[in-house]
Amino acid sequence: MIELLNINKKYDDKDVLKNINLSLPKGKIISLIGANGAGKSTLLSIISRLTTSEGEIIIDDKNIDNYHITELSKKISILRQSNYLNIKLTVRELISFGRYPHSKSRLNEKDNKIIDESISYMNLDYLKNKYIDELSGGEKQRALIAMILAQDSDYIFLDEPLNNLDMKHSVSIMKLLRKIVKEKSKTVILVVHDINFASCYSDYIVALKNTGVLYAGDAEKIITKEKLKNIFDMDFEIEDIDGNKICIYYT
Amino acid sequence: MFKRIIILSISLIILGGISLFIGVSDITPLDIFQADSDKLHIFFISRVPRLMAILCTGMGLSIAGVIMQSIMSNNFVSPSTASTMDWAKFGVLIAILFFPGATLKTKMIISTLFAFFGSMLFVQLLSLIKLKDPIFTPLIGIMLGNVVSSVTTYIAYKYDLIQNISSWLQGNFAMVLQGRYELLYIGVLMLIIVVLFATKFTIVSIGEDFSKNLGVNYKLTVTIGIIIASIITSVVVVTIGSIPFIGMIVPNIIRIIRGDNLKNNIWEIALVGGLFVLVCDIFSRIIIYPFEIPISVTAGIIGSIIFLYILLRGNKHVKKTA
Repeated sequence: MIELLNINKKYDDKDVLKNINLSLPKGKIISLIGANGAGKSTLLSIISRLTTSEGEIIIDDKNIDNYHITELSKKISILRQSNYLNIKLTVRELISFGRYPHSKSRLNEKDNKIIDESISYMNLDYLKNKYIDELSGGEKQRALIAMILAQDSDYIFLDEPLNNLDMKHSVSIMKLLRKIVKEKSKTVILVVHDINFASCYSDYIVALKNTGVLYAGDAEKIITKEKLKNIFDMDFEIEDIDGNKICIYYT
Repeated sequence: MFKRIIILSISLIILGGISLFIGVSDITPLDIFQADSDKLHIFFISRVPRLMAILCTGMGLSIAGVIMQSIMSNNFVSPSTASTMDWAKFGVLIAILFFPGATLKTKMIISTLFAFFGSMLFVQLLSLIKLKDPIFTPLIGIMLGNVVSSVTTYIAYKYDLIQNISSWLQGNFAMVLQGRYELLYIGVLMLIIVVLFATKFTIVSIGEDFSKNLGVNYKLTVTIGIIIASIITSVVVVTIGSIPFIGMIVPNIIRIIRGDNLKNNIWEIALVGGLFVLVCDIFSRIIIYPFEIPISVTAGIIGSIIFLYILLRGNKHVKKTA
């Protein structure tokens, strides 16, 4: 479980996050939703120690500051939105960096097995010996997700992982995330913009608004007309299709 | 990979052999075989040290270059385009000024301190200005370097040291003699350290967030990288003098062929670095034989031609500054 106590973050003199107290359950897919500028990405990078803030972050009953840097990178991993990768590495080399926290640069059999597994999880077999600077945006994104999978941390943070991906790959990545949460008891925390991906795939939803947490709870309790209206300031229709709540908001 | 390393090593041995027998006094392999004592003397006091100095310099500067490129995430920085070399020269001047009669070792230490300080300053400067186009980074480096260099020259004039410093303003292997170049072997030590931490440096070159995620201490690795580059640069400046371009060109050529993973390309960068300086030095010695052109001139000319080629090839492999 991850607990956040009194998190405050300012950029210059502007509050970005104010007084965040939150606990994120283990073994679930957790979506962070909210309008642009609500602080989702900032919150994600604070929990994953990329950005500093006031307040305390406790991961599995231990303060984040008390973790050794290597230990922490086996505990949590993060993929940010802006991972420009103008570097000439093959896809497999990039993915093998995911094993760095475990084996440094001396990869053993187990590492290679995990790397190959991540490659086939992301359908990258046909690309694995290509240089990443020759890939499309979506392919790069998949390679990065594969690297995060190879890192094999307990908690996986993804900032808009579906960016650059077509519908087919978006759906297959969400399915994969659900699978690893179930089979390997990982915890996935992601920022999503498409409310229907949040609704269909997450167990738990945290909604941010105006620098604070507006709602946090099980997905089915958050995806309601009233709450969505409060979160996004717009009207939604919600239809139940095969047990999935689909939000309609285009008109 | 091994095939290429073997080919490179063989060319290095052949050209190294040729290099040993070029010079004003005529020495042939036969003389060595016959153990002609005068010629053996020249051979071991001057020729062999010169060859070793050439190899260590080329290798060292290339390693320094690729490390700087990794930690600054920019393919155009190097000791001579990020002001490191000018700071090292400034350090030597200060050493001469305040510690007259300083040994090579003292000069090297003071010069390293200055190179380290200056390079750190440059890195801080970069993180403050946030450049959009990666090509501006080396421009700022060269500007800063020129300012430092001007100050050096000014002080040298003022204290009548210009004769004294001109020897290391322009790199020259003609002065290399036994007992005056051994510091360069520190470069080999640095190479070993870089090989051990190769993956770390590659990860750092991708970016700060990326490194943090993988549990790599970004700031520490950057600092270590700058220390390594500063030591190599100062050693070269103190013993040989400044030589432009090598640190930038060699890693870029290898990158185009082999990619950016230091773990794979570090040996080739080292070998090609040695080879590049060796070829430049052979040119320097035969073009106006029996006289010599300073290596910095030859390296500058050959280097700038290759640099232009890399630039015109397009910015495809240029990394964006973070």
